[in-house]
Amino acid sequence: MIQKLYDWIDERIDVAPIWRDIADHEVPEHVNPAYHFSAFVYCFGGLTFFVVVIQVLSGMFLTMYYVPDIENAWKSVYYLQSQVAHGQIVRGMHHWGASVVIVMLLLHTMRVFFQGAYKKPRELNWMVGVLIFFVMLGLGFTGYLLPWDNKAYFATQVGLDIANQVPFIGPELKTLLAGDPKIVGAQTLTRFFAIHVFFLPGALFALLAVHFILIRRQGIAGPL
Amino acid sequence: MSDKNNQVSRRQFLNYSLTGLGGFMAAGMLVPMLRFAVDPVLQQKSAMGDLANVGLSVDDITEEPQRVDWEVEQVDGWYESNVNRTAWVFKDENGDIQAFSPECKHLGCFVSWEGSEDYPNEFFCPCHDGRYYKDGTNVPHTPPLSPLDVYEHKVDNGILYLGEPKPREEA
Repeated sequence: MIQKLYDWIDERIDVAPIWRDIADHEVPEHVNPAYHFSAFVYCFGGLTFFVVVIQVLSGMFLTMYYVPDIENAWKSVYYLQSQVAHGQIVRGMHHWGASVVIVMLLLHTMRVFFQGAYKKPRELNWMVGVLIFFVMLGLGFTGYLLPWDNKAYFATQVGLDIANQVPFIGPELKTLLAGDPKIVGAQTLTRFFAIHVFFLPGALFALLAVHFILIRRQGIAGPL
Repeated sequence: MSDKNNQVSRRQFLNYSLTGLGGFMAAGMLVPMLRFAVDPVLQQKSAMGDLANVGLSVDDITEEPQRVDWEVEQVDGWYESNVNRTAWVFKDENGDIQAFSPECKHLGCFVSWEGSEDYPNEFFCPCHDGRYYKDGTNVPHTPPLSPLDVYEHKVDNGILYLGEPKPREEA
């Protein structure tokens, strides 16, 4: 059945080259942990992406219950944690995964750094990676506010005051983020929600696409 | 080694075990999320239980259907509020109290007693000219396909109490 469906599509658009291009390529010996166990360090990038996929999926499901509104945000989080089946697990995945992403991302960065894999001709991909790092930090910062509990509120106040310290444009930057020059409130929450679920993920997907296309183009850096 | 046909090659074995392991991990991730998403479908319908005092004395109920409005407490996930309920209440020819839901059985618009001057002595729905006789049964060849829902009711100390609207048994 599935084979027939695959054949039907394949007959029309010739699928094989497409998936070959994506999936069918040799793993060099120095990258394969079966030959050199220490090659597991090459997994960190893939693991980062794997956790990102978990973040995207669990985040999508969380928005089925979450409301970005100061009256209801905390209540909806409490409700989905305590009343909805597996709510603790799904929110737990998103909560802990947010930290795991940063850890994996730093391990990946350290591997690339200490192996010198960022050197010519891969400088461009290093820069894209740094941008991904900033987007991830932004996702962490904006997501932190969304439960609208005390920790979230005061952490965001601190974060906004840090933005306020930026030379020349500080106050404007803070207002741009918070939606109000003084209040951390209703407008801040909706802004952070929009940034967290639309703007930054959009930027992240675009950057990840570039990151992966470049690594396929240039190949993995050679052995040490 | 003797029977070539039953032999699982190294490649097959690795394929199966890796697919299995991958599937297991993907399921471990996805099952909680899917269960989380379908939870409203599987939630136990909380029996609303108590009938509500609608603030109408039985003595004031006439043969003429009258509109009765009252409020019930509603728990909608994390949001609790009072919502309005409405019923058309009257005594039928046997003196029994009838309380009909005003929700049209066609597409759920609001049905009014004698809502149209053209159709006296009937419930009328303005959306698609749906009509019901006084006993709540739908007039044939108008859009509604079944009679108006009936509220559970009880009388306590001469005051009317109404519960949930229920579809009628008979067709």
